[in-house]
Amino acid sequence: MTTAIQVNDLHYTYEGQDGGKTHIVFDGLNLSIEQGSFVAVLGHNGCGKSTLAKHFNAILLPAGGSVTVYGMDTKDEEKLLAIRQHVGMVFQNPDNQIVSNVVEEDVAFAPENLGVASPEIRRRVDDALKAVGMYDYRTYAPQLLSGGQKQRVAIAGVLAMRPQCVVLDEPTAMLDPQGRREVLDTVERLNRETGMTVILITHHMDEAARADRVIAMSEGRIVADGTPQAVFAQEPLLRSVGLDVPQTEQLLLELKRRGVDIPTDALTPEACAQLLRQRIAQS
Amino acid sequence: MLKDVTLGQFFPGQTPIHKLDPRTKLVLVIVYIVALFLAKWFVSYAVIAAFLALVIAMSRIRLKVVLKNLKPLLFIIILTALLNLFYGQGEPIAQFWIFKITRSGIQNAIFMVLRISLLVAGTFMLTYTTSPIALTDGLESLLSPLKKLHAPVHELSMMMSIALRFIPTLIEETDKIMSAQKARGADFESGNLISRAKALVPILVPLFISAFRRADELATAMECRCYHGGEGRTKLSELHYQSRDYLAYLSGAALLAVMIVLRQFGL
Repeated sequence: MTTAIQVNDLHYTYEGQDGGKTHIVFDGLNLSIEQGSFVAVLGHNGCGKSTLAKHFNAILLPAGGSVTVYGMDTKDEEKLLAIRQHVGMVFQNPDNQIVSNVVEEDVAFAPENLGVASPEIRRRVDDALKAVGMYDYRTYAPQLLSGGQKQRVAIAGVLAMRPQCVVLDEPTAMLDPQGRREVLDTVERLNRETGMTVILITHHMDEAARADRVIAMSEGRIVADGTPQAVFAQEPLLRSVGLDVPQTEQLLLELKRRGVDIPTDALTPEACAQLLRQRIAQS
Repeated sequence: MLKDVTLGQFFPGQTPIHKLDPRTKLVLVIVYIVALFLAKWFVSYAVIAAFLALVIAMSRIRLKVVLKNLKPLLFIIILTALLNLFYGQGEPIAQFWIFKITRSGIQNAIFMVLRISLLVAGTFMLTYTTSPIALTDGLESLLSPLKKLHAPVHELSMMMSIALRFIPTLIEETDKIMSAQKARGADFESGNLISRAKALVPILVPLFISAFRRADELATAMECRCYHGGEGRTKLSELHYQSRDYLAYLSGAALLAVMIVLRQFGL
């Protein structure tokens, strides 16, 4: 397996607006993300997860240490476009990422910037829109779409760059449950079917549960890192840093505490129900 | 209420006028305006009106729509007509107090009405049949020789298209803020002009703050999508002249020629 993103001893500080006080965000953070993996970064507000994400495609540069993306140091200005083309980024508010008032023109924005020839842009736009299931809406104006649809257009806009990795910074925070499901299904499919590296930044436990690997952060440090099962099993630790566990996990842990002999690694409601049914059948 | 705001209405269609290259249409509008200002007498105005009528007929835009959009200008048209009516030279036909109406005054008034209506209706045809995106593309392409003089042509067209993109978003936001302020007892409908203008401040302040925040996020998102100015940029749909564009240029040139000839004869 190749390494997609390598973070070595990352330091980052910023000057606050409250009288120029220096805030330390990262004080020596190390992280490595494998190509093709689906990683969720969990953390409550202000834990530095968005700041970390912005280091992955050189929107922010490390004050100390290094971030290496597909072998390219993000501090290397000459590779800036290549880095951003490799690592696409989707933000919280779809309205503030869409630049054009026609869906397909918007998806074409990135390849246009990269100087791709017109017929190839057309091909990429069509592929990207099909990949997110928005091809039928290609001539629509974005304001006619729902939140989930707009966010999928934003994802298509990133896919048109043909990136190796997509970083999504709380892509579902402003969406209704229907929109959230659409976006997560799209992201999960991209990872499973095309082998794209997906880094999902979120504070929803149930979204994180869908990933292969969960990284829990608090105050600029990684407090837990592993499979969703392994991370969510550390309930007291997560609670101590202000994080929850998925409701299914919560139920199973509570049952176990009351003396019910049951495994606690079911992370979806379906798996949990299955487990409970088996357990009831046994007793 | 705010939902009705339209800037440069566009009626999508598949007519030859709609399919013309935006550059052609932009140039033709300029030619049309020049031709209009060359007009001296009724014959010339009739030619211009016939040309416009042909364009309207070809674009399948209903005359009613054009007339409806001229209505807001009625006041200006009537005012200029009246002013011209009383400022004529020569022998007065009728006279009362300090006002006198002359033959040339009546003529000028009629020509003024014709000129303004034809001018506005003609430029309307551009926005009716061209999408805002195509218009900005056309403008950028037409002005691109100015890039050699370091004029920020690409930046201007980018700004225009982003502004167009965010008009509906900001209108929606204004509606939301207005509702929020109304829910807290703000009153936008009563009082005199000054108190109504003052009532707008609590709308404008949050609107501006959010617009700046949006601009900041949009800039980051654009950078993430490798935006680095107009250099080396390609287009999804390049503009290409078709035979109908050459035909349109020809008819524009013909119109101009006819107008120059008519002007020589004082028609």
